[in-house]
Amino acid sequence: MSEQFEPVIVGFLCNWCSYRAADLAGTARIHYAPNMRPIRVMCSGRIDPQFVLKALREGADGVMIAGCHPGECHYVSGNIKALRRFILLKAMLRQFGVEEARVQLVWASASEGIILAAKVNKMTEEIRALGPLNWQETVLGGNNGYKVAQAALVPEEV
Amino acid sequence: MTENGKPKLAMYWAASCGGCEISVLNIHEHILTVDEIFDIAFFPCIADFKVHHVESYPDGYIDVCLWNGAIRNSEGEHMAHLLRQKSKVMVAYGSCAYEGCIPALSNLTSKEATFNTVYIDNPTIDNPEGIIPLTSVNVPEGELTLPEFYHTVKSLDQVIDVDYYLPGCPPEPPQIWAVLQVIVAGLLEGAPLPPKGSVVGVTNVAVCEECKLKKGEKEISRFYRPYEIVPEPDVCLLEQGIVCMGPATNGGCGALCPQVGIGCRGCYGPLPGVEDQGAKMLSAIASVIGAGEVGMEERELEQRIQAVVDTIPDPAGTFYRFSMAHSLLRRAKVNGSNGKGEAK
Repeated sequence: MSEQFEPVIVGFLCNWCSYRAADLAGTARIHYAPNMRPIRVMCSGRIDPQFVLKALREGADGVMIAGCHPGECHYVSGNIKALRRFILLKAMLRQFGVEEARVQLVWASASEGIILAAKVNKMTEEIRALGPLNWQETVLGGNNGYKVAQAALVPEEV
Repeated sequence: MTENGKPKLAMYWAASCGGCEISVLNIHEHILTVDEIFDIAFFPCIADFKVHHVESYPDGYIDVCLWNGAIRNSEGEHMAHLLRQKSKVMVAYGSCAYEGCIPALSNLTSKEATFNTVYIDNPTIDNPEGIIPLTSVNVPEGELTLPEFYHTVKSLDQVIDVDYYLPGCPPEPPQIWAVLQVIVAGLLEGAPLPPKGSVVGVTNVAVCEECKLKKGEKEISRFYRPYEIVPEPDVCLLEQGIVCMGPATNGGCGALCPQVGIGCRGCYGPLPGVEDQGAKMLSAIASVIGAGEVGMEERELEQRIQAVVDTIPDPAGTFYRFSMAHSLLRRAKVNGSNGKGEAK
């Protein structure tokens, strides 16, 4: 068996639409890439950009944010806030050298299990083509010439 | 060194502008008190000390070391380790030591790109032979050496153990004096010091809290760069479309900048509990974008929001102006030959 790179995708799925879409994909026994690790949040508007950055730094190859279609948010406009953040975050991540395909926003309603599964498949293939991100090693790694920090040499009586 | 029983004070700089040293001298007449209480053990900006003096001190000889500057090269790194060993209390003084500040913005490019801009490809540079600094070069008189320039700028606590952080670019005089008083009380009277790792000289509430400008509902349809607008006095700058880092920045400065019409730049760092100041500011800015209503068509919605976002030309440089080294990602992944992180 050839070793194929399996991307790790962290998925932030909103409770009311996209998590249910994933649930539906499961109960409907739709076959799709097992690369997305879903995390349920109450609303896509709850997703702090820190979550995305932390996922990328801690080893994710991609992050999927999924919510209700605009106009269908359980909290009226949470997904529009998510969209605003996402567009600004995308502009910033470009400067950090993170390829656009690595962070994606997806709309999937509770009945769209097939759509969510297709988006996960598509994203998995796109990231597989890009290769691993591995931020700790490739970007922060090698310690950039610094010595490994020594144990603190603080004298006892401070 | 004379042994007069006074506590020993040191201050050293690495990748910084020197403004932090000036800020210590800027505490007005209190500087006389500082001189009265402390014995200066090492302070290259104001007194003639050499590194071998520091090396000759026993470990823990210096009571308080105020370190300013980010760690950019092997010299800064070596001195940080040396002064940590010789100091009882190490204070990361100012934004560079605390979270990287302006020097750490070069983490958005590579070392090669930085050298290229500084020594080769710049309209004001005359360097036909393309000479760039080397760590070692042989000349007829012998070998000359320079410290090694690192790829990534680090904050002080990413290199050594730090006891306290005093943010600001530079820290404000009343805060410096307040912190020095706490340290002096601790040293002379045995008063309790704040817990190790504390960020001192801050209010731990957002800059907006100290800012007297009138704040109302915010809905921004475009952002302005400082030269593009004359702000209305007395009205919140963010409301007027000027990027102001106040909501994501720790207070303590007295909100000096916004109250004279300049958006807060964020030099006091993140609020307690926040790991990444830039991400928090990004979040705050995104939520005041006025474009995009419920009921709009998906495509139009995206275009409208994109148009507003496009009026912020450098989001990474704006939101991480002071906190790049301490951010979650810390530096850019360099993809292209231009040394920039810019990804497709």
